[in-house]
Amino acid sequence: MMDAIVCRNLLFGYDAKPVLWNVNITIPEGDFVCIVGPNGSGKTTLLKIALGLLKPTSGTIEVFGQRPERSRGRIGYVPQHPQLDPLFPVSAMDVVLMGRLGRARSWGAWGSSDREQAVRALDEVGIADKAGHHFNSLSGGQKQRVLIARALAGEPDLLLLDEPTAGLDAHIEEGFYRLLQELNQRLTIMLVSHDLGFVSGFVRTVVCVGKEVVVHPTSAITGQVIADLYGSDMRLVRHDHRCSHDGQDQNGHES
Amino acid sequence: MIFWEALTTHSFLQYALLAGLLVSIPCGVVGSFVVIRRISYIAGGIAHSVLAGLGIVHYLQVVHGMEGLSPLGGAVIAALIAALVIGWVSLNLKQREDTVIGAVWAMGMATGILFISMTPGYTTDLMSYLFGNILMVTSRDLWLIAGLDVIVLVTVALFHKQLLAVCFDGEFAGLRGVHVQRFYFLLLGLTALTVVLLVSVVGIILVIALLTLPAAMANLFARRLWQMMLLATVTCIVLTTSGLALSYAPDLPAGAVTILLTGAAYFLTALVRRR
Repeated sequence: MMDAIVCRNLLFGYDAKPVLWNVNITIPEGDFVCIVGPNGSGKTTLLKIALGLLKPTSGTIEVFGQRPERSRGRIGYVPQHPQLDPLFPVSAMDVVLMGRLGRARSWGAWGSSDREQAVRALDEVGIADKAGHHFNSLSGGQKQRVLIARALAGEPDLLLLDEPTAGLDAHIEEGFYRLLQELNQRLTIMLVSHDLGFVSGFVRTVVCVGKEVVVHPTSAITGQVIADLYGSDMRLVRHDHRCSHDGQDQNGHES
Repeated sequence: MIFWEALTTHSFLQYALLAGLLVSIPCGVVGSFVVIRRISYIAGGIAHSVLAGLGIVHYLQVVHGMEGLSPLGGAVIAALIAALVIGWVSLNLKQREDTVIGAVWAMGMATGILFISMTPGYTTDLMSYLFGNILMVTSRDLWLIAGLDVIVLVTVALFHKQLLAVCFDGEFAGLRGVHVQRFYFLLLGLTALTVVLLVSVVGIILVIALLTLPAAMANLFARRLWQMMLLATVTCIVLTTSGLALSYAPDLPAGAVTILLTGAAYFLTALVRRR
């Protein structure tokens, strides 16, 4: 099996101020990874490097064995909830079809295979009935699903999500992670989140971005790891109902 | 009504009506992109730069006897140059876009005024450049307008997918392999051509209202881009035709009447559709 993402001695800095240094991570295909870390730690930077939007200052990153720019066609990107003009005249279907760019013919109208693929993507995220709705009339959770469907419409092998649940209610968030779990059966998924406690019940691997970048299997996340990452005043809150298999590791920690 | 009777006998009125219809189509189509991409200030800068093209052609015609030159052709070239400069400088020199627009806007007008002042003779043309004179549209102008219409419409028909995606979420479009900058320039070029078409109807200073307000009104009702374009085109046809008809009998400037109607319609619609 090929690795989805491999970083070797990766270093990144804005104006000589290092944001990420000495990142060595290998993410195998089929993994479900969450990048966590405090604000400003470089979580989103790591994601943008994987997309080829930012170039590492030194070191290498490969996505499916190639430079990120060359693998973009295999990546589905779900950006942080974009601030959009509320009157922007697009339906949910129009937005999802944009994910077909690069696969569809470049001139003229969308082809029937593009429409089929877009409908399939909307169906997969469970909102096929909203296809014709004005994008901005949808709820926050539905919009987020449309943006995932847009990423899926490009038939990706790797899904990258930037803070996908920011601003969503907790009960919507849970359904959202269940959807990602289902998608993980055929896709590699990497997401950025501020909320480790919640995510740890769903993901397999946690990448902690802080003073250094450390990879943990989910079960190894302890209070001490969190304290090291976020600083000593961090306090874990138990979410027993979502952490049945590794709840023992998530006992409240205070130092 | 006097206008409709006169229409059957005066060919200049027929030309004016036809010109209004012909410019309404790109007005609705490109105006919709201008509104959703929020580049109406760029369109304003391009419009004012058109005076440079008109002034230079006028100068060459009168002073150097180059009668074959077309003012509309000069306008097209000036508008395209202005669009290129605004796009290139704001993308490559990391200058604030609104500052660049302001510079191009004023320099275009200054160039135009310079050439007009060097041209001997009566400067009545200046007024019709600035405020439009749809009644002076000739049959040759109509062919040029129709040609520009075809260019604009074919381009949008071919690349509407990319144009919409770039307006909606440029970063995502870029990740899907769309050349975002190239399509941004294409959009600016289309805006430039549309501005020139509208200048022949309402003049340089009033263009911005006719380009954006029908699309903005349509946006209050349309849920999808093609609906917005269609509705904006129909709105533009109704406004240019009624501007012409209402101004004819009392002998008022058609451009000014059209713009006042457009503005009034916009504010009324916004009031009715407020949420």
